[in-house]
Amino acid sequence: MTKSEIIDILSRKQSHLSSRDVESSVKLLLDKMSESLSSGGRIEVRGFGSFSLHHRAARKGRNPKTGDQVALPPKHVPHFKPGKELRERVNESRATHPIQD
Amino acid sequence: MTITLTKADMVEHLFDELGLNKREAKDLVEMFFEEIRDALETGNHVKLSGFGNFMLRDKTQRPGRNPKTGEEIPVTARRVVTFRPGQKLKQRVEEYGSSGA
Repeated sequence: MTKSEIIDILSRKQSHLSSRDVESSVKLLLDKMSESLSSGGRIEVRGFGSFSLHHRAARKGRNPKTGDQVALPPKHVPHFKPGKELRERVNESRATHPIQD
Repeated sequence: MTITLTKADMVEHLFDELGLNKREAKDLVEMFFEEIRDALETGNHVKLSGFGNFMLRDKTQRPGRNPKTGEEIPVTARRVVTFRPGQKLKQRVEEYGSSGA
């Protein structure tokens, strides 16, 4: 499922809102979430999960083309921890719903 | 102190930015996360371009231990959700640098 499919489903279910408002809302939500993480914050949605940052130490890497050693600075990467409801619902559907490609 | 983004903040954001009323905004935020859970529960990956992908994985049973007692207990087969941040989000988060978190 993609972002535009979510927008379509939500527009159908929230027929009193214009599909433009639904589209803007989904984009605003994802922007807000990205912005929160990129300013060092966390996101917590009960029953869905939480997003936080994990720290990665500085390391030495290599340019795969030239083999030259390069110093890679420390950085943060986004991390998602699924919430209890999501974990349980997904696991319980294992027997009935094969993973689609 | 780490700032945490919650559903209440997201509702407030849609109210401020789009002028949705609180009821509409709350329903929309709730439904947005429910559609993602629902897609994952029916075996579908969820791809939100610019943000990231929620992917499903079936794991086989493996040997495990109770970390407190050292007792051996198998970790049963299960389905899990993993989040792979998109390029855009990774870049934005990386720019947050090495301080904090």
